[in-house]
Amino acid sequence: MHPILRTILQRLGLGIVTLFVVSVIIFSSIQFLPGDFAQAILGQAALEETVAAFRKELGLDLPAWQRYLQWIGGVVQGDFGTSFSGRDASGVDRSRAVVDLIAPRLENTLFLALMAAIISVPIALILGVTAALYRNSIYDRTVNSLTLISISMPEFFVAYILILFFASLNKVFPTLANISPDVELGERIYRTALPAMTLTLVIVAHMMRMTRAAIINLLASPYIEMAELKGVSRATIILRHALPNAWAPIVNVIAFNLAYLVVGVVVVEVVFVYPGVGQLMVDAVTTRDMPVVQGCALIFAATYILLNLSADIVSIISNPRLLHPR
Amino acid sequence: MSNSKPGYTATSEVSRVRAKRTLWENIIRGLRSAPPTALFGMLVITAYVVIALFAPLIAPYGESEVFPIPYAPWSDEFLFGTDQLGRDVFTRLVYGARNTIGIAIMTTILAFTIGGGLGLVAAINQKWLDQFLSRFVDVLMAIPSLIFALMLLSIFGSSILNIILIIAVLDSTRVFRLTRAVALNVVVMDYVEAARLRGEKLGWIIRREILPNIMPTLVAEFGLRFSFVFLTIAALSFLGLGIQPPTADWGSMVRENAGLIQFAEYDITAALTPLLPAGAIALLTVAVNFVVDWFLHKTSGLRDE
Repeated sequence: MHPILRTILQRLGLGIVTLFVVSVIIFSSIQFLPGDFAQAILGQAALEETVAAFRKELGLDLPAWQRYLQWIGGVVQGDFGTSFSGRDASGVDRSRAVVDLIAPRLENTLFLALMAAIISVPIALILGVTAALYRNSIYDRTVNSLTLISISMPEFFVAYILILFFASLNKVFPTLANISPDVELGERIYRTALPAMTLTLVIVAHMMRMTRAAIINLLASPYIEMAELKGVSRATIILRHALPNAWAPIVNVIAFNLAYLVVGVVVVEVVFVYPGVGQLMVDAVTTRDMPVVQGCALIFAATYILLNLSADIVSIISNPRLLHPR
Repeated sequence: MSNSKPGYTATSEVSRVRAKRTLWENIIRGLRSAPPTALFGMLVITAYVVIALFAPLIAPYGESEVFPIPYAPWSDEFLFGTDQLGRDVFTRLVYGARNTIGIAIMTTILAFTIGGGLGLVAAINQKWLDQFLSRFVDVLMAIPSLIFALMLLSIFGSSILNIILIIAVLDSTRVFRLTRAVALNVVVMDYVEAARLRGEKLGWIIRREILPNIMPTLVAEFGLRFSFVFLTIAALSFLGLGIQPPTADWGSMVRENAGLIQFAEYDITAALTPLLPAGAIALLTVAVNFVVDWFLHKTSGLRDE
């Protein structure tokens, strides 16, 4: 087998194992809930039979591994169970399927993340590469200090400053990102502008610093020095010697930051009351709606793992040393 | 050599030079070479520590003292106005320094005790224990830490103790990785082997041979971890899942007064009220990052340039 194929298969296997273990952790979280939560959710006034029926629905009469199999079997088929909210003591069940809650919001979150990514990736790469090339110049120092400041700021601080200037003092953009499925694309982008800008500001700083470090690291390698010493022009050094080796770190940086976006959206969505998965999860945590929490956590974790996995695989494929084995 | 005097040793020569500078002089020298950003950072950190330590003396009112006027404007009586319940914002900012920074420091110390200790053990053991701990940490790190923290908080509920424990455990994974990585480089050194052959105990080897060599990296990491933990706790409080009222805390103060920002065009000071605690958070993390950046530059010639 080609060594590259073997490494990729190994990584894929490792990714699947990680996903499995993570799903077990997320599933077992419900085991640690204190006391009888069936009773707690339905309230003190609930009849014995209602509580018993609810327990049976949750499968609390089954051993944990059977429940895990049922749960993960459902998840694979797109069934995350039913939400805890909407149930009451009388046994009337107005609860909704978790997947109905998550699906429309997932689309919104992906839209926001995609928009932030499209704006931030090119800016960050250009800033990072130029800062690395003109290392120690005034330009490099300024960009470096600015990004250090921007990294240190909590997302909500950036968000509120943007709101203050672009929504409150000058009414350029709306404060609340009120998105519904029937909103047209242009209007949607307009309403999502502020959250996307917040995410961009936070992420560009991270990405730029990592790109800069990766490129500087690369430029310090012996073969670049060799090329310099034998008098190759600067453009050729960068295009022929540096760039082929730079793809892997750059892709890694991008994937790492897209994964970071996954977490960043939570706070930003809450600030702008953006109807996404992050906000759903925060609401579910406040009301201890475990099936929703589990569903959201699983989606976030899976996205994170898959992004890191694809970064790994791209960096393996783009590594010239692995592509042409001796 | 013919020109060496009798009784001359290298140690005496070195000790003469070394004795020239006292600790104090060394500190001054270090500070003089520091860039303005680092000096600014140190100044800010000192100010925060002073405010946190002497909070009851600085604050004009009690931590949760309620006045009859909610959302009072900025005035001499209430420097930064009052919040939604009529509590003095300035007072709560001062107490917030104590609570927010205190909790973040405790969490970071705990994370370093767990992560650093296990990291050292893993680096020295290098057998099944190392394998087990490393794989366990890999899995924990596969889940984004804010998401993991949210999930755990929904199970255990958000009390200050729970927040400290949960964030410390989640954060110790990164400390573990770093400690293990740097300690591995030291463990293979000949002087460690020599100490082992001399029959030194494990504790001695860790304390006298390994720790001094990995200390600079760990100190810098402590600064970075602190600002990360600080931001995470602030974000959790901002989401309403962190430090709970009536404890004054910067993250929740932003959340409680965020609505005021809508009134910027009528009264700019009202809009600034929620930005003050957020700015306080940002200023401290910026300061810590500046100092860490300089420290990393100073201690390792390897970095970047």
